[in-house]
Amino acid sequence: MAAIDIHNIVHSYGHRPVLEDISLSIPIGSFFIIIGPNGSGKTTLMKTISRIETPQNGRIKILERPIQSYTRKHLAKTISWVPQTIPIDFPFTVMEVILMGRAPHQGILGIENQHDFKIVKDAMKFVGVEHLAERKMDQLSGGERQRVYIAKALCQEPKILLLDEPTASLDLAHQVRIMDLMERLKTEKGVTIVMVSHDVNLAALYADHLLLLKDGKIVKTGSSDQVLTCRTLEDTYGCKLLIDKNPLGELPRIGLVPDKFKVNEKKDVKLF
Amino acid sequence: MKTPMPFVWKRLLTISCLLICLLLPVMFLGLCAGSSGTQFTAVYDALTGSGKTDSMLHDIIWRIRFPRVMLALLVGSTLSLGGLVFQALLRNPLAEPYILGISGGSAIGAIIGILAGLSRFPGVSLIAFAGSISTLLVILFVTSGQSMVKKDILLLSGVMVNAFCSAVIMFLVSITQDTRLHSIIFWLMGDLSIAETGQVWILLLMLFPCFILLFLLSHPMNLLLLGREIAQTTGINIMGVTMALLITTSFMVSATVSYCGLIGFVGLVVPHFLRLLLGPDHRILVPACVLGGGAYLVLCDMLARVLPEQGEMPVGIITAMVGAPIFIYLLKRSKA
Repeated sequence: MAAIDIHNIVHSYGHRPVLEDISLSIPIGSFFIIIGPNGSGKTTLMKTISRIETPQNGRIKILERPIQSYTRKHLAKTISWVPQTIPIDFPFTVMEVILMGRAPHQGILGIENQHDFKIVKDAMKFVGVEHLAERKMDQLSGGERQRVYIAKALCQEPKILLLDEPTASLDLAHQVRIMDLMERLKTEKGVTIVMVSHDVNLAALYADHLLLLKDGKIVKTGSSDQVLTCRTLEDTYGCKLLIDKNPLGELPRIGLVPDKFKVNEKKDVKLF
Repeated sequence: MKTPMPFVWKRLLTISCLLICLLLPVMFLGLCAGSSGTQFTAVYDALTGSGKTDSMLHDIIWRIRFPRVMLALLVGSTLSLGGLVFQALLRNPLAEPYILGISGGSAIGAIIGILAGLSRFPGVSLIAFAGSISTLLVILFVTSGQSMVKKDILLLSGVMVNAFCSAVIMFLVSITQDTRLHSIIFWLMGDLSIAETGQVWILLLMLFPCFILLFLLSHPMNLLLLGREIAQTTGINIMGVTMALLITTSFMVSATVSYCGLIGFVGLVVPHFLRLLLGPDHRILVPACVLGGGAYLVLCDMLARVLPEQGEMPVGIITAMVGAPIFIYLLKRSKA
């Protein structure tokens, strides 16, 4: 069964087309990563899946049901979305933010019961922010904040988790920590993970399925072996790349090739 | 986790009780103070009905001071809530109906209504409401899209809308040539002296349902502070909640403006201090603003009646003198 089924969706902002005739299927319980150059429509694709944006054309099915047939709350219990940043102009504590993830399960005033507190506690334990519960959001580091957003999303008890570049602006240790967390979420709780990432190497290490987007069109989709070939990536990103085998296993590893290392070849940047 | 977050009802009850304990003595002080002197025991007697008070003082307390204290209470609550809602909607702790120019817009409407000789309710209130909605639309148009959150654009457009509104108001004032002039100017500076028991009741009937509605929307307001996208994917009807908040608040503000004119900065000062004390949870802040904002304006109005040696001054002067420096302080801190 597919967690998400997308048929021929088309979306544009004004006259600028952002997604052109995208069709894809994301299997339940998979780790699905969307990669592509800047402005290729990755985030917009995620926004259509979470119904933040409604595509002008095409159909989206979530767990075999049309996305329009979900009520707001039901959709929030099925899919939750972790944005890159959450505004922190107002001094909520970590606990308060994570509790808000319970909103789709609560009445209009969001009155918390013991069950809600238990779920919040479990989520905090899972992402490792229990010790921060009473801290204010603006006193956290980038990595801690990202984990709080993930805990908040988990409290919605979703079947599908959407993340928009969760590792951007994090250092290496935090990157691997967040990605390992997602891997555990997939294997231990069976949550389908859909992620937008800029980091091709992280994508190669974790994704079961990859989607390469450019200019709102699908370039290639499949396993990392199929998508991350030298030819495809160089054409899509428009730069010279070095791809070898990762010593960790049968995984491609992508490296950049600066001008000064290029021999017998036309250089990308001409100086005068 | 050392201390689990308190159960929200328990917290709400405790804080409400504390604020009521603050509000009641303030209201008592408000009843005691006046241009005819300050009489604690007489007011106590009049309130308990022990019968020793002379009928003149009894009348002053019940017919003049009591409606005035009630009016100050209602207006303070409304303006604080107005500030609170706009701060949440625009995710900007500096937003407030007066600063954004929404009060100015309803003042234009109200003056037109007064000059046309309409009654306060429903005539003046309705035109004031139309005025506030139009300025709101202008502000939303100017700051539409992403820039809504940017402080500079929001404040600048507020300053400009305010400047335009004052120009229109001054124009209307300058073509008015009769005895209404003095009362209009006094009213413009924020004046609570028109209070009559009947009108206070009408205002209460208009405002109380709004308070309830805002309380019901307090949890969605919390979620709005995490950004529109987060709120939406957590199951909130963004459009519905935003429209309900904007219309309710504009209605409340224009109702109070048509009764009491321009009283500024209450919506800035009260929510700011309550947020510092109680945290940003709107389920607590909405009731706290009703009680605390009420107490604040009753206190300001008492000062406005006691400070001048003769007569009294408009309460808007006091609130602006307190509020403007706090605004500058907040602006300076938010830039840092």
